[in-house]
Amino acid sequence: MEIDDFITAIEEEFDDLNPGDVSPNSVFRDMEGWSSMHALIFVALIDSKYDVLLTGDELKSCVTINDLFDITLLKINGGGANT
Amino acid sequence: MDNYLLAEQFVGKKAKELFDISGVKTRHVSAKGVLGSDLAISALELLQKEYPKFSLSEIDFLIVSTLVLDYNSPTTASVLHHKLGLSSACGTIDLPQGCSGFLYSLSVAEAMISAGNARNVLILLGEVPTKAIHSDDMVLRSIFGDAGAAIVVSENNTKSIGKFTFATFGDGFDFLKVERGGGRNPIDEAWIKKYSDQENQLSFGRIEMNGLEVLRFALKEIPGFLEQTLVKNGLTISDIDFFIFHQASAMILKSLQRKCNIPEHKFISNFEEVGNTVSCSIPIALKKASALGNFKKGDKIVLLGFGIGFSCIGTVIEW
Repeated sequence: MEIDDFITAIEEEFDDLNPGDVSPNSVFRDMEGWSSMHALIFVALIDSKYDVLLTGDELKSCVTINDLFDITLLKINGGGANT
Repeated sequence: MDNYLLAEQFVGKKAKELFDISGVKTRHVSAKGVLGSDLAISALELLQKEYPKFSLSEIDFLIVSTLVLDYNSPTTASVLHHKLGLSSACGTIDLPQGCSGFLYSLSVAEAMISAGNARNVLILLGEVPTKAIHSDDMVLRSIFGDAGAAIVVSENNTKSIGKFTFATFGDGFDFLKVERGGGRNPIDEAWIKKYSDQENQLSFGRIEMNGLEVLRFALKEIPGFLEQTLVKNGLTISDIDFFIFHQASAMILKSLQRKCNIPEHKFISNFEEVGNTVSCSIPIALKKASALGNFKKGDKIVLLGFGIGFSCIGTVIEW
């Protein structure tokens, strides 16, 4: 699992994003038009692509795209809450 | 109400933004004073027009599912029994199971008939979620719509209804609920004062949803529950011609379709047109797909309801 693939998946998921719009350091809550629904789209995307279901607390702890990637990777490798 | 009309009520919002967050283009909002039971009766009138030979005198059991009851007691089914002039030999029951309400009602109807306790069961569904949403709640106002549905289950069509699977995850009861109005959370003076600016003072209570937990429940439990439903009916996913899930939200439907590996042409959704209509969503999707000529005799259709509770119920019907 590479962060480039992770970012590509995110850019494909959101209609308003173009390739290159997102970087590892992007603060996802600063995305244009950000709402709580966007957070749910992240959770659903990560679940469908990586079979990892993030909790509300895990999501709250993330600030950047890299944070989301790291926590997803951690859970794939058996770390974090298994829920 | 379309997104253009709804967007006018939120400063700075555009119709496209409402579609982006909800996946709904239009939803119905019932007039002041209209309750779920009124919409159920309207649906019954349409059914009677479509099937003129159908007579209410043949109904010997009535099941009603609505989240906004006419009265706390007696049952809304009793009230509708009177309004419709049903036989005194007709049994009545309310099954206010929210988004699982239709399939719960269908399972009881099928069981009543199979056990020889009824011959013709009328299921009436009516939902007015828009009356229990705060006017500032843009997400819920975008997603939910009001609706009614009427279904008759008779001896001659129970054989086309498969076995049911049930599941309840009661630990999620607090994540999707109607706040206030119950014995444990009665509406008090402070509530009335707080919501005095709302059209109906939220006197039916207020729908509160933890969207993340609802999504997590659906993603975690529904794929396995679908598999259980198929196994119980001796089928595999490739045996199924169509899938109709409760029309919860565009995102939940899309995510479940992906996760369950259901081909798009087999996955029926009319969420864009009516939004989440609670117990009415599956029968409306079924009726619309049928009207479009999507089904042929013998098609196997998975029906899967899930929602408030959290509850799940599934079955397979043969068209």
